[in-house]
Amino acid sequence: MAHFTKATSVKDWLNQRLAIEKVEKVMASEYWIPKNINFLWAMGMVLAITFGLLLVSGIFLLMYYQPNVETAFDSVNYTIMQEVGYGWLWRHVHAVAASVVFLIIYIHMLTGIYYGSYKKGREMIWISGMLLFVAFSAEAFSGYMLPWGQMSYWAGMVITNLFSAGSLELNGVVEWIRGDYVPGQAFLTRFFMLHVLLVPLAILALIGVHFAALRIPHVNNQDGEDIDFDVEAKKYLAGDTKGSKVIRFANDFMSKDMFVVSIFLVFFFYLVFWNYGFAMDPVNFDPADGLKTPAHIYPEWYFLWSYEILRPFSKDVGLIAFAFAQVIFVLLPFLDRSPNVKTANKRGLFGIWFWLLVIDMIVLTAMGKLPPQGIYSTIGFVAAIGFIGLWVILPFITAIEKKV
Amino acid sequence: MEKTSRRGFMGKAFGAVAAVGGVASLVAMKQTWDPLPSVKAAGFTEVDLSTVEANCLVVEKWRGKPIFILKKTAEMVAKQDEAQTARDVIVDGTHYMIAIGLCTHLGCIPAYADKKEIFQCACHGGEFDSSGLDIKAPPPSPLVIPPFNVKGQTVMLGEEGPEYKKMKEAGILA
Ligand code: HEM
Ligand code: FES
Repeated sequence: MAHFTKATSVKDWLNQRLAIEKVEKVMASEYWIPKNINFLWAMGMVLAITFGLLLVSGIFLLMYYQPNVETAFDSVNYTIMQEVGYGWLWRHVHAVAASVVFLIIYIHMLTGIYYGSYKKGREMIWISGMLLFVAFSAEAFSGYMLPWGQMSYWAGMVITNLFSAGSLELNGVVEWIRGDYVPGQAFLTRFFMLHVLLVPLAILALIGVHFAALRIPHVNNQDGEDIDFDVEAKKYLAGDTKGSKVIRFANDFMSKDMFVVSIFLVFFFYLVFWNYGFAMDPVNFDPADGLKTPAHIYPEWYFLWSYEILRPFSKDVGLIAFAFAQVIFVLLPFLDRSPNVKTANKRGLFGIWFWLLVIDMIVLTAMGKLPPQGIYSTIGFVAAIGFIGLWVILPFITAIEKKV
Repeated sequence: MEKTSRRGFMGKAFGAVAAVGGVASLVAMKQTWDPLPSVKAAGFTEVDLSTVEANCLVVEKWRGKPIFILKKTAEMVAKQDEAQTARDVIVDGTHYMIAIGLCTHLGCIPAYADKKEIFQCACHGGEFDSSGLDIKAPPPSPLVIPPFNVKGQTVMLGEEGPEYKKMKEAGILA
């Protein structure tokens, strides 16, 4: 039976019941972080903070937002923006954070690819990270429906139509998702539910899994060195803090993390106050109209690359290419056949592959924003083929990679 | 046969209860997302053709979707091939195109260019001719013809009239 003694302090009282000292060690003071890492390893913390900003600003928006096709547009554009004290602040924070969070996610992902942080025990970190990417995409899309402007309506129309699966003509599935023949009240309320409850819940759960997946393999480092954390931790605890290759997560590493976060926050609030325009599409300041398509329908910048993979092909091929682009990153740990955990630059062909992928995704993003005509269509087509090609050759070029 | 252990039995019993309950709740969840009866019943739209002008696109609304009605000039009809004419709704000798105005690619509303006499979709660059046939990808098929019933100079959308049924049999609705 558990044995309890009279507590000597509040801390001791809690300790006997919750083992808080043990928990603190496991999660913070004896969670070891390599010294050999740079500011790119702070992106995860920046993401967590940005999610916090979305949560807080979202809660305040929720107090005046009305999920009704008649009143949604005005509740956002009139009530929140003009009547509610500092309502505009919550909206700008929410919109800018939703956009910037994807910039950070892409940096975080590319960092992982560049340093090979997705293999040799780190597969679950990568997979849970990609699930977070999917969940954030769903969160951003469902949120985009809520102001019920022209872009909300038409993006909703186009994206839900993807579920008819091309020539399979599964129109029943599309109508089921919408609860109507076209986006309407049922559609708005169910996406509201997804946006404020179900998807955020999934995100919170996935963040838990992502962190848990980090605990055993620990974070990677700049040289991909296979650190023996037990040995280095002993050295550190024995007092050889200089000689040890690791430091404590809290407070030592956290202080570096939070320093990067403060730089990020200065940049973030600069955008919120002076340069928020990029995060709010002007077309969405017209109320939804089912009888008028905007001249150009394009998604927010962070979806442009995958949208451009859909666009240049015929309908069925386009859908298959799009589906490929959506899932292929998840398989990275298994498509990379090389055992090397090293920076891309030291991995020969893989280094070239990495930079080609980055350039290709930037080209796709640029073309996705331009109207689908003439030379833009051609460049987009080549870049889309290039994207698929890069993933097809990946297993081959990594299989012949020399051990370094 | 071995005596099944009590724990094994309880495990199986729980599995059975959970499976029945799980399937039942999936049915309920699926149906909750179905379009409501009021949405499905959302009715019929009557269109008066007598006021329509030639080569000038009229857009009506039916079940929340835009419906294109294009009265064709004699020259337009003369230029048409058989496949195009087969899709025309003919009322008192005048040819009309009637179609759901949603691009068959991903559902944007194409715009009518009356000089070129074609529909152009701004979303991904698809094009349809004045009979709604797809003439430039990505749209994989012609504009869809909604159920219609001609009554004198008016057309009732949502009702399957004899002309509509004939088109349906000929397989040219989309
Ligand atoms: C639990 C957290 C969240 C809550 C309670 C919440 C709540 C809301 C509400 C009520 C709106 C409608 C008001 C408006 O349009 O400004 C909204 C919009 C939006 N949300 Fe969220 N949200 C949350 C998290 C997120 C996350 C994680 C993302 C994206 C990564 C996101 C992306 C968006 C977007 C793109 C809009 C449209 C903004 C606009 O058009 O101005 N939200 N959210
Ligand atoms: S929706 Fe018309 S071309 Fe894609």
